[in-house]
Amino acid sequence: MTDELKSNFTLALFSRNRAGILNRITAVFSRIKLNIDSLNVSETENKGVYRYSVKVNSTEKLIKRITKQIEKQVDVIKATYSTDDFIVQQEVALYKIPSSVMLDRIKTEKIIRNHYARVLTMHRDYTVIEKTGHTHETQQLFDELEPFGILEFVRSGPISISKTTQLLSDFNAANEMKSII
Amino acid sequence: MFNDHNHMSLINTEENVNAQTTQKLSGAQAIIQCLIEEQVEMMFGYPGGAIMPTYDAIHEYQNQIKHILVRHEQGATHAAQGYARATGKVGVCIATSGPGATNLITGIADAQIDSTPLVCITGQVHKDLLGTDAFQETDIIDISMPVTKWNYKVTEADEIPRVLAKAFFIAKSGRPGPVLIDITKNAQMEFLEFSYDKCNHINSYLPEPVPSSHSVIDAVSLINNAKKPLVVFGQGVILGNAEPELKMFLDKSGIPAASTIMGLSALNPNHKSYVGMLGMHGNYAPNLLTNECDVLIAIGMRFDDRVTGTISTYATNAKIVHLEIDPSEVNKNIKVDVAVMGNVKHTLPQIIMKTNKNKHPAWRKQFTDLYNKENEKVIEQDLNPKANEISMPEVVNLVSDLTKDKAIIVTDVGQHQMAACRYSRFKQTRSMITSGGLGTMGFCLPAAIGAKLGQPDRLVIGIVGDGGVQMNIQELGTIMQTKVNVKIIILNNQFLGMVRQWQELYFDKRYASTEMLNPDYQKLSGAYGIASQKVTKRSQLKTALEKMIQHDESYILEVMVGQEQNVFPMISPGMSVSDMRLS
Ligand SMILES: Cc1ncc(C[n+]2csc(CCOP(=O)(O)OP(=O)(O)O)c2C)c(N)n1
Repeated sequence: MTDELKSNFTLALFSRNRAGILNRITAVFSRIKLNIDSLNVSETENKGVYRYSVKVNSTEKLIKRITKQIEKQVDVIKATYSTDDFIVQQEVALYKIPSSVMLDRIKTEKIIRNHYARVLTMHRDYTVIEKTGHTHETQQLFDELEPFGILEFVRSGPISISKTTQLLSDFNAANEMKSII
Repeated sequence: MFNDHNHMSLINTEENVNAQTTQKLSGAQAIIQCLIEEQVEMMFGYPGGAIMPTYDAIHEYQNQIKHILVRHEQGATHAAQGYARATGKVGVCIATSGPGATNLITGIADAQIDSTPLVCITGQVHKDLLGTDAFQETDIIDISMPVTKWNYKVTEADEIPRVLAKAFFIAKSGRPGPVLIDITKNAQMEFLEFSYDKCNHINSYLPEPVPSSHSVIDAVSLINNAKKPLVVFGQGVILGNAEPELKMFLDKSGIPAASTIMGLSALNPNHKSYVGMLGMHGNYAPNLLTNECDVLIAIGMRFDDRVTGTISTYATNAKIVHLEIDPSEVNKNIKVDVAVMGNVKHTLPQIIMKTNKNKHPAWRKQFTDLYNKENEKVIEQDLNPKANEISMPEVVNLVSDLTKDKAIIVTDVGQHQMAACRYSRFKQTRSMITSGGLGTMGFCLPAAIGAKLGQPDRLVIGIVGDGGVQMNIQELGTIMQTKVNVKIIILNNQFLGMVRQWQELYFDKRYASTEMLNPDYQKLSGAYGIASQKVTKRSQLKTALEKMIQHDESYILEVMVGQEQNVFPMISPGMSVSDMRLS
């Protein structure tokens, strides 16, 4: 088991809206001392149903086991996992820079355009730039803006959507169960 | 949301009408009313500040529901476990906030790992005080999260019926387990319009998966083509009430069958297919032949490491069929070839239908031969020792003889537990109550109390070590006050025997902190008004046991056994099932 290769996995989890359910989910990871690299939670198109994207680095054998242990939780509707090859991922990054550097039009505008980023809002003192992309892309923009002085920076952590239709149909089945009551 | 109204009205319209009429109750009254609705006959608990309103309601409803006052909240959990395992019903515990709640944790963890249905109710500080480090405030929801199947904090009175209905449904359905409901004091004191609907569905929860038809076909094909098949069964058989189905399957297939510690008593050991217990101190034949069988059929068991030994050398020649209710158990420890998902009560009949009749005489003879070897090398000495010292196995064996295999045996943890599991015989299911997965010392005394209260017509005998009996010895007070008729046999070797055995075998006989100076158990029993006797010689043993069994009240029998006896056979840690040693 230990000789098995580790790689990046993304778990897609769906739960009901219950205080404490996040603890039950994270406890499955902390129990085996597995670090969560990124965690993203938000309500889905179905009211009261929450979707979690969890990124971890581990062996498939372990990921399989914990996925089932998560799904076993009473308030978890569905738990699946996939490797990076089978999902499309994206994350949002926000950069706050002093508006004064925006006056140096040529350079900053070029950087923003080259990265397909955009100005979200501009105040007298600061400007907020938004970029969506992979972590290494948002990092590249960070590196290029850094010399101008970044006041604040935040990354959402990736959210992902599967390339197969499997996940969605399973999820609908879970929802169907719900419609019985 | 938690009920299927149409379904209910089909069954009983009157009941449905009753369920619709509401009644103004306090939260505390509602809690007890919910328990009554769930046909709870008794609960085990200990009062305190945050749960006092509910205790007041317990007093009010005392003609409808019994409360057993234990002497420590851990005792309440084990008593509820004993009750649940002896009866198949949900065990109910009740405790106050803070230390009352934290004292429940060991028993809850035990129930979680051994799949015992419990509903534990804890009081909590007023909701406005939550998070303020109020007196006796502990976040028991977070503390109990990893050891409960589900838990929930109630802060409003009107949540009570819905949440408790859900608690009972979750505790007993699917793979059973403990549920903890933490109820703030204000919720106990406020009023609600009470009506109760039992819960029978939760949309994110699938208690019993259904097997795919191809899995049944694949399983049957492996079983029918096997030359050396072996059945290993666990508590799933008992939890599913599938004892008759197991017997039918074995009768038809002729396959030898071994039990895990948790499966004991699901099959009468006199059944011709029964080949003994699995695991570290189980029987020689089923352990050794695990590595010779070609198809291993696991029924309601979870391949615990005490059963498998080193997993890389477990069942090396076998295709594995796993009949299991919990998807997270499949492929967890042992990679299986065919998983038949579901309650074994429902999956076994599908398999039986297609299983060929067989007898496997040559294969079964291998088990007999190895049994004879174990008998000669271990069992014979265990039961008829040459030494003057009394052995644990001979006491256990005599208990089975004298009770005609009819007693419920409750054990603690250690050498005496292994002796009790190896040598007890059972006529009925739910007759062996032992802490399997957690190995919790202190389990026996309270669990025996709970078992007897749940099965008052059966003889309940606790078998406990001199170490473990002191871990919840305060429950002698519960025996005294409730007058529950349990028989406790203390097998006294003046050592923490099982640890001493490991020190002898693996730590060069360095007996670090395992020798015990014991109290005078006769005086102790006397202080609680419990009859007792101490046996030091073999010649006294039989009469003493008879006297204990015939005594019409609780009884404590202390038997002085050899100080440095070992439990064999044994699979040493890190070894394979086929490396089992006889001495
Ligand atoms: C609560 C708890 N603490 C420690 C242990 C470790 N342990 C396992 S067996 C054992 C010795 C038990 O001694 P005793 O109760 O005298 O029974 P014996 O083995 O002598 O039959 C100990 C300390 C345990 N299982 N449970």
